[in-house]
Amino acid sequence: MTLLAQVPTGSGQPAATPPAARSGRHRLLPYLLLLPGAAWLLVFFGVPLVQLASASLYDPSGSLSTGYALTWAFGNYPDVLQAYWPQFLRSFGYAGVALVLALLLGYPLAYAIAQKAGRWKNLLLVCVVAPMFTSFLVRTLAWKTILSDNGALVGLLRDVHLLAPDGRLLATPFAVVLGLTYNFLPFLVLPLYASLERLDYRLLEAASDLYASPVQAFRRVTLPLSMPGLVAGTLLFFIPASGDYINAELLGTPNEYMIGNVIDSAFLVRLDYPQGAALSFLLMAAILAVVFGYLRRAGTEEVL
Amino acid sequence: MTGMARETPAGDLRLANLTKRFGVFTAVDDLSLTIGQGSFFALLGASGCGKTTTLRMIAGLEEPTSGQVLLGDRDIARLRPYKRPVNTVFQSYALFPHLNIFENVAFGLRRRGIRSVDDEVLRMLSLVQLDDYGNRRPAQLSGGQQQRVALARALINRPQVLLLDEPLGALDLKLRRQMQIELKRIQTEVGITFVHVTHDQEEAMTMADTVAVMNAGRIEQLGAPADIYEFPAAAFVANFLGQSNLLAAEAAGTGGGEVAVTAHGARFSVPAGRSRVDRGPVHLGVRPEKLNLVGSADQVPAGHQHVTGVVTDASYVGVSTQYLLRTGWGTELSVFTANSGAAAQVPVGSEAVAYWDPRHAFLLPRDVDDADRTSPVLDEPVGASS
Repeated sequence: MTLLAQVPTGSGQPAATPPAARSGRHRLLPYLLLLPGAAWLLVFFGVPLVQLASASLYDPSGSLSTGYALTWAFGNYPDVLQAYWPQFLRSFGYAGVALVLALLLGYPLAYAIAQKAGRWKNLLLVCVVAPMFTSFLVRTLAWKTILSDNGALVGLLRDVHLLAPDGRLLATPFAVVLGLTYNFLPFLVLPLYASLERLDYRLLEAASDLYASPVQAFRRVTLPLSMPGLVAGTLLFFIPASGDYINAELLGTPNEYMIGNVIDSAFLVRLDYPQGAALSFLLMAAILAVVFGYLRRAGTEEVL
Repeated sequence: MTGMARETPAGDLRLANLTKRFGVFTAVDDLSLTIGQGSFFALLGASGCGKTTTLRMIAGLEEPTSGQVLLGDRDIARLRPYKRPVNTVFQSYALFPHLNIFENVAFGLRRRGIRSVDDEVLRMLSLVQLDDYGNRRPAQLSGGQQQRVALARALINRPQVLLLDEPLGALDLKLRRQMQIELKRIQTEVGITFVHVTHDQEEAMTMADTVAVMNAGRIEQLGAPADIYEFPAAAFVANFLGQSNLLAAEAAGTGGGEVAVTAHGARFSVPAGRSRVDRGPVHLGVRPEKLNLVGSADQVPAGHQHVTGVVTDASYVGVSTQYLLRTGWGTELSVFTANSGAAAQVPVGSEAVAYWDPRHAFLLPRDVDDADRTSPVLDEPVGASS
């Protein structure tokens, strides 16, 4: 900066120095503003991540009472994969089915709110977000009541013979997928809504003027223009859904347990830290792989 | 461009008793007109007059409350827009932001299942002089370029009718003039019927063969631009298409091929052929450029008629000078004199006489309590010191 200030300006006026100094300070300002956030991230994300990584390489024969030794036990990873691959598959399977259901529900909903709701728009948006005002746990427990064996819903379904007399909803894969769909639906709907809300209806008029039937107009105009919201929404839905354990815990049985449940019990029940940490890392890697594969296919292409 | 007129002509576009109501508001009121095959037709009117609604009914984006839209002998009024041989250049252009220029132009062909579109698209891009822009996105183009893409995207389908919804509204003046000439050139080349909606009277006059002046959902007058301008049918038209000085007068019937009128105590006459009515309350109209200014009444040539007044404003606009002349009864008349060097400038505050050839005047019907109507000049009068 001193160097800059020494460079003689065309006019030769000393007044050229202060702006140069000020612009130097301006260049630093964004970094200064980043500092608190970066520090927070370092302490509460960076450090625990390293801690977790090292925990996943502890000697598996250790325990909380005898203490753990960092023996670089990479064998932990194949071991847990061998033991829990069904739960891994189930996690992504359930989350995938729930995602499809959520898309079938959420896309029309977001479209209706964004394009057709008129003055009801804000009210409907509040309705989408309203369940979030109660805790995740309470909402899931509510579903447990709704789906319970002597509840009204099961009674009705048995009466109309959609369910066998001894059939049940609770403690089935159906209940778990339903819970996942319900609990994460707003995360899909809100970004989709934001994308669809910006969609100019005049583009659809133009498409229809240019020989596009409603189906073609949707495929060629609406869908591509809602892609950013669709990508963001599916990620925001899929990532927490595949790592979730509350729904399987409350609405399912150990037969429906997902990988989140295994990690939960490794840390809190079995107190097997190396196993829990290794599973956590595997889950993280698997999700990252799925996300990158998806982004590559869906196209991160910039859409206006 | 050769090979443009590949499709067989479909015949005239006819609107028959077309009506559109939005609740209690009647946007288009029993409209009937015929637009000749291959003509350049302009619907001219202020915003809210129903011109865009009319266009949207032709396009199929609005369903008529009643009436027909006939293309040749076929009523297309209830066809879905994507089934009509009609394309639109939208006011907002409505280019697809996620597609490049090439794909925007190819859109209509692809939707109709045409596989090889390359030749056609490239030819169309060259028609609108955007040959090298195929790979760009609409956002990377200027307003004028986007407008041309919108035109190419519609024209490539060789519609039987091309609808233009104020497509030049967003462009600056110079670009507008350029595009007007361009559009006219393209229309002549492709020979498609153009229906152009605009509120810009100059644009309508320079481009269209036929102009329909719309007001409150109805057509006030329809005809060639020069015919409408020289002999408007109503006070609204006289002041919407150009400016007019309209004096409240009483007509006393035809005699010897002339209609005698009295306005503000003075007697005038208008040829019977230029009178829409010959008795009762009328507006005596003269266009500002048909008025001449001289210093005193004895300089008025024989056979001309005149009013005297005081010059309250003179705006020099280059090609002409626009004067305001305050008459004895207080109305200010607009007078445009060409700056051809023949006449000296008349100073503000001086007495002057405005005269005209009666063959340039016209008589229009007037509501009994309607007063003089003179169009406001573009600038506020400045330095009026009399």
